[in-house]
Amino acid sequence: MNWPQTMLGAAGPHARGVESLWWLFFWVTTAVYVLVLIAAVLATVRRNRPVDPQDPAASRRAGVAIASATGVSLVLLFILLISSVRTGRYSIQGLADPSHINIKVTAQQWWWNVEYESTIASQRVRTANEIHIPVGRPVLLKLQSTDVIHSLWVPNLAGKKDLIPGQEAAFWIQADREGVYRGQCAEFCGHQHAHMALLVIAEDSGKYAMWLESQRRPAADPPDEMAKRGRDVFLSAPCVMCHSIRGTGAGGRTAPDLTHLASRLTLAAGTIPNTPGHLAGWITDAQGIKPGTRMPTIGINGEDLQALLKYLQTLK
Amino acid sequence: MPADAASPAAIYDDRAVLEETWRPPAGLMGVLSAVNHKLVARRFVVTTMVFFLLGGLLALLMRWQLRRPENTFIGPDLYNQLFTMHGSTMMFLFAVPIMQALGLYVVPLMIGTRNIALPRLNAFGYWVFLVGGVFLYVSFLLNMGPDAGWFNYVPLSGPEFSPGHRIDTWAQLVNFTEIAALVGGIELIVTIFKLRAPGMSLNRLPLFCWAQLITSFMVIFAMPAVMMASNFLALDRLVATHFFNPAEGGDAILWQHLFWFFGHPEVYIIFIPALGIVSSIVETFTRRPVVGYTAMVLSLVSTGFIGFGLWVHHMFATPIPQMGQSFFTAASMMIAIPSGVQIFCWIATIWLGRPQWKTPFLFVLGFIAIFVLGGLTGVMLASVPLDLQVHDTFFVVAHFHYVLIGGAVFPLMGGLHYWFPKMTGRMLHETLGRWTFTLLFIGFNVTFFPMHLLGIHGMPRRVYTYVPDTGWGPMNALATAGAMIIGFSVLLFLVNAAWALRRGALAGHNPWGAATLEWATSSPPPAYNFHPLPVVEGRSPLWDRSADAPSVIGIRSDCREVLVTRVLDAEPDHKVEMPAPSIWPFVSAMCLGGMFVATLFTPWGFVVGAVVATIPVIIWFWPKESDHAGRAYRHDRSNERAA
Repeated sequence: MNWPQTMLGAAGPHARGVESLWWLFFWVTTAVYVLVLIAAVLATVRRNRPVDPQDPAASRRAGVAIASATGVSLVLLFILLISSVRTGRYSIQGLADPSHINIKVTAQQWWWNVEYESTIASQRVRTANEIHIPVGRPVLLKLQSTDVIHSLWVPNLAGKKDLIPGQEAAFWIQADREGVYRGQCAEFCGHQHAHMALLVIAEDSGKYAMWLESQRRPAADPPDEMAKRGRDVFLSAPCVMCHSIRGTGAGGRTAPDLTHLASRLTLAAGTIPNTPGHLAGWITDAQGIKPGTRMPTIGINGEDLQALLKYLQTLK
Repeated sequence: MPADAASPAAIYDDRAVLEETWRPPAGLMGVLSAVNHKLVARRFVVTTMVFFLLGGLLALLMRWQLRRPENTFIGPDLYNQLFTMHGSTMMFLFAVPIMQALGLYVVPLMIGTRNIALPRLNAFGYWVFLVGGVFLYVSFLLNMGPDAGWFNYVPLSGPEFSPGHRIDTWAQLVNFTEIAALVGGIELIVTIFKLRAPGMSLNRLPLFCWAQLITSFMVIFAMPAVMMASNFLALDRLVATHFFNPAEGGDAILWQHLFWFFGHPEVYIIFIPALGIVSSIVETFTRRPVVGYTAMVLSLVSTGFIGFGLWVHHMFATPIPQMGQSFFTAASMMIAIPSGVQIFCWIATIWLGRPQWKTPFLFVLGFIAIFVLGGLTGVMLASVPLDLQVHDTFFVVAHFHYVLIGGAVFPLMGGLHYWFPKMTGRMLHETLGRWTFTLLFIGFNVTFFPMHLLGIHGMPRRVYTYVPDTGWGPMNALATAGAMIIGFSVLLFLVNAAWALRRGALAGHNPWGAATLEWATSSPPPAYNFHPLPVVEGRSPLWDRSADAPSVIGIRSDCREVLVTRVLDAEPDHKVEMPAPSIWPFVSAMCLGGMFVATLFTPWGFVVGAVVATIPVIIWFWPKESDHAGRAYRHDRSNERAA
């Protein structure tokens, strides 16, 4: 689960602009800081002080020094201001491109619903906590929230954007390097704000197209008896109240779509890796792993659990 | 005073008469009805320090939880309460009120008068504040501590996502503390404008008083915004109005604008008085007035104005048009200029003066080293693209602790070491003071510097834990170790204070050889502050005092009379009699507190409470013979003696 989550490892044009702006600010402010510290230390420890601390000539010279230092600060601030506004303008407008992909991201306590839009119903894809994007192509994220304010932040690709209930925000991202980039909700959103992560998976366009194609398919039929039993367990348990698996009767919309659960890297919005052991733990003790999560603790016997796990692992 | 009758000369002993006139009444009634500014301000300082310790304790608990990934020391429910309580305590119950409390103590002394203007209002403000603070912590112990952050963003804090009374507690806390802040601000403005010693024209006003004056104006313009917002929120929650409910035509972003229109000036409301403290300490411990008085004053004033023009930089991730973003970026960067001017002026003062290596001065040096770094990361945060990366991460936590601890707590600690002898009559231990400084400086940087790196490497704020693979563990462990050092240094300060109260060297009038008027009277000052009342001849009254310095005469000693001077030139204007102690401010504050607490549970709490709370106010302001009892009593006694 060791995916990068840092603003200093830009993997897209937006983050790269900010990264170079960061280094400009860093060196200018560091220089100012060092100079001020040197001046303060010298002022404190210097010898040969004037006999009269209120000597008018010395005070006048001090006035000139203060005015000059203020003038230099003003010029530096102006340079920083201009470069900041220029970078900002680029990151807002630079990516708009007609060949872009539209993805709707809806935040809720405490996970991310991701929908690939299409005019054709069968082409639509719904997944959770993972956004797959092709490298080199701009992506327009349409951000919404169904409950409180959240904030989308994948630092290797771009800065933050708030997701505000009742408003839709448009946000451009683009990756120009393959990789898995971790992001996290950045606006305090209640109990499990700490465990509301997501992954952006940037792939070359061939892999991306294959992924999208496989996601468009409904869930495959269970290949064996045990998996079949697992499906029956799923469909007769409370799972179907909230989750959906396309191709079965499960159509709940308030929790992550599980049609291709086994293809995902993490569970519970980046809280634990997607392994059978963690999945079993999550099903039987979600409240222990992520206290306060909307996923209830499911009472289920051992055999049913094994069957359910078997079935969920077939959902590639 | 039985001795009076025996010795006719004593009748004319002005000091004894003044003592009798200004003495706070005895007994429990006297404690509750005291109006002397030093008494009230001392209670204020002690109370806010208690809240500082409580807020710090909460911070240590949080640091203990974050010291390693997936720690289970504290769960999310308590952690969210902890950081909300920590922020609210430090902002509402410590930083703003302690700066005001220091002003309420020092300003009347520094400008050479006998008491603060509107002394009963002052007592009222303290009692309201006390009830509010106790109310918050009692609620916390009853598992009703607010848990949606000190900023309480809706809709998370609205009725749908935060049922129960936790958020109502926060909304009422704001009412309590902002009423206290507002009345304090009004008292300080009136005091500074109308009660200055003759000769202290505005261009001779000490920089500390300028800082308090500007802060008080900021309080008056900023606090109503948050009171309005929190009452809207309380109404949304209590009687289902829809100010912030998007589904019914309300607006979630409106809350953020109202809150930050208060919230950003709030930072300067904490910081500007600290600048005043720094100026006082620099002047005293370099043995010369601060270079560039006019530049300093104009910097303070412009900080006060610009401080109201940058609240949107807390909201760059919300939909704000680009033009607006650029404006707020420019404003946020430009506020660095007046702060820079002041830093340059202090460095020039130290350069020209003769630095004395005493504890208060060390805190000023620490302030420069830490605050300048925090100011520079503030310039980074003003830039929209950079802010969008580090906003709501630990980088911001590091930034504002550098400006608030570096920019306010360091000067405050310096100020407490500086004025402790004046307030108590005894000196703090110098060696212990230096250790307090050293440990605080090291502990602070070990705690908060790593947080810059955590923020850059992706750690968001307000998380109760984090997964191990993020690699944030070691830096967090370091920060936790630093927090323990901070805790130890604060403990050392308390030990020093407790020791000094009993064993500290006697301070005398002016242990530091300072220039301002509070050092012209004994330590601690008598209830009437000065005898005789001083006249000011320059910007550094005690250094500029000529051999035949005049003093004020013709102010009655047998009643609480003070001299009122003109706003600009401090020419004597008229005399006025100050109100005597009264129990009614206390009763009013208790009734008001009852109303706020009752309103938590039912709208009827407001209806009934408003009536109950108005009655003592009416009694308080009802003209009474007994208000002048002191004078009448004196008249009678002089008549007796004459006979």
